[in-house]
Amino acid sequence: MIEFFTTTNLGIALVTLGLVLLIVVPLLVALAFLLWFDRKVWAAVQLRRGPNVVGAFGLLQSFADFFKFVFKEIVVPAGADKFVFFLAPMLSLVLALVAWAVIPFNDGWVLADINVAILFVFAVSSLEVYGVIMGGWASNSKYPFMGALRSAAQMISYEVSIGLIIIGVIISTGSLNFGDIVNAQAGAGLLSWYWLPHFPMVFLFLISALAETNRPPFDLPEAESELVAGFMVEYSSTPYLLFMIGEYVAIVLMCTLISILFFGGWLSPIPGLPDGILWLLAKIFFFFFIFAMVKAITPRYRYDQLMRIGWKVFLPLSLAWVVIVAFLAKYEVLGGFWARWTIGG
Amino acid sequence: MSVADFAFYVFALTTVAGGMFTVLSRNPVHSVLWLITAFVGSAGLFVLLGAEFLAMLMMIVYVGAVAVLFLFVVMMLDVDFAALRAGMAKQIPIAMLIGVVLLIELGMIFGTWQFSDGAEAARASLTPAMDEIHNTAALGLVIYDDYLILFQLAGLILLVAMIGAILLTLRHRTNVKRQDVLSQMYRDPAKSLEMIDVKPGQGL
Repeated sequence: MIEFFTTTNLGIALVTLGLVLLIVVPLLVALAFLLWFDRKVWAAVQLRRGPNVVGAFGLLQSFADFFKFVFKEIVVPAGADKFVFFLAPMLSLVLALVAWAVIPFNDGWVLADINVAILFVFAVSSLEVYGVIMGGWASNSKYPFMGALRSAAQMISYEVSIGLIIIGVIISTGSLNFGDIVNAQAGAGLLSWYWLPHFPMVFLFLISALAETNRPPFDLPEAESELVAGFMVEYSSTPYLLFMIGEYVAIVLMCTLISILFFGGWLSPIPGLPDGILWLLAKIFFFFFIFAMVKAITPRYRYDQLMRIGWKVFLPLSLAWVVIVAFLAKYEVLGGFWARWTIGG
Repeated sequence: MSVADFAFYVFALTTVAGGMFTVLSRNPVHSVLWLITAFVGSAGLFVLLGAEFLAMLMMIVYVGAVAVLFLFVVMMLDVDFAALRAGMAKQIPIAMLIGVVLLIELGMIFGTWQFSDGAEAARASLTPAMDEIHNTAALGLVIYDDYLILFQLAGLILLVAMIGAILLTLRHRTNVKRQDVLSQMYRDPAKSLEMIDVKPGQGL
């Protein structure tokens, strides 16, 4: 029986399918509660009560919303490009989920342990712009098109600085594999994680992640006060739901990336305590809380300010940091504080 | 058929179909989308060849950046398909002529293509053993140790091309109101605000 699952093609495919479900199903269920949590935080900051009717404390609100979305009628605008119109939301959800294939949840707990894992996540997250552009174009309508154009420019701009920040981490580790990156941060608990050697870049990464996922204060592609809902205006029912889920999966992915790259992934902050998946989940949850707070307390950026800060502030800073880290790592400053090749790679 | 064979046929078919529909589809936006499909297919082929670093670069650079800009430009074009197709019958003979000339030229080049005797050996000696070293590291060693100057020169040429493109399209218009961010940030509230105590019924 075990041989069937380890040697035959069908068996391996079944095992992989099972592992995929093991990642996707808990992720989507957790997402329902994270959405609820996001709205609760937002409400608490604005002195409202937030969702509180469906289930205890409104916990089941997301499930009620889910059924509401699914049972509504799908409206296709006249003159829309039907194929692309429906392809866009599916693409954005699938791409958001695909990146999770290489994310490790614990030492060795990873679906695809590939050598270029971090580049894979970066590549997939750079593809997410297509869902937005295709949705905006296929709607054949003014506001969605404006939203799509904005997001195309915005997501490309911030991808550049995210890429450069990631290069800094890669230089320190000497490997592109997530497992190596986390293991290179092991040692003195909290103090040996990459947030300390890469201190300024943590904030740049967080802000770029906000811009990359179209979260407030950079939610210009869907700015309610200007573009109604940007590229999603013409979407209703299940396609809208797919866009929504895709967006939140991408946000949780960015929280996970920050936890893995700068905050030690599954490593425990205090030396002596056991490492494990619970630490990673706690870190992801913490950064999701930060994302929710940023949404609640910051006003939206103006578009030219957004582009200016992306190209004229973040790009030079992160580029300079790559050069600095390269020198610090090469000459092993502070006893190899920036060069952890022996541990990681 | 093994899994690798199956994957090869899937990616190869995707690439070929993508390339074909790029040319055949009537809508330019659909053409770009098919082109992207072709890019993704060829990235898959790179993975099968064991060059996953190149595959990821293909996805990041071509699919994630270059094709987005293509799509960006093509979406903004106001193309009248009827007018385009009306002129096609007139243009076809010239287009065919250019196509045939290009094909003949390509044939002539490949017909007389010769490798020098030492070329294969010279190339092989540079490549690190792939079973000892990961292909990302191997690529880095070859580019930065053996071809450093060529690599830097290529970068320099790109830089010059970029500056040239910017210079060609740069216009200085005099009567445009611009925002000076620094002066906005350094503006002093004490100098621009005046607090006035307005008495009821009097106004200013």
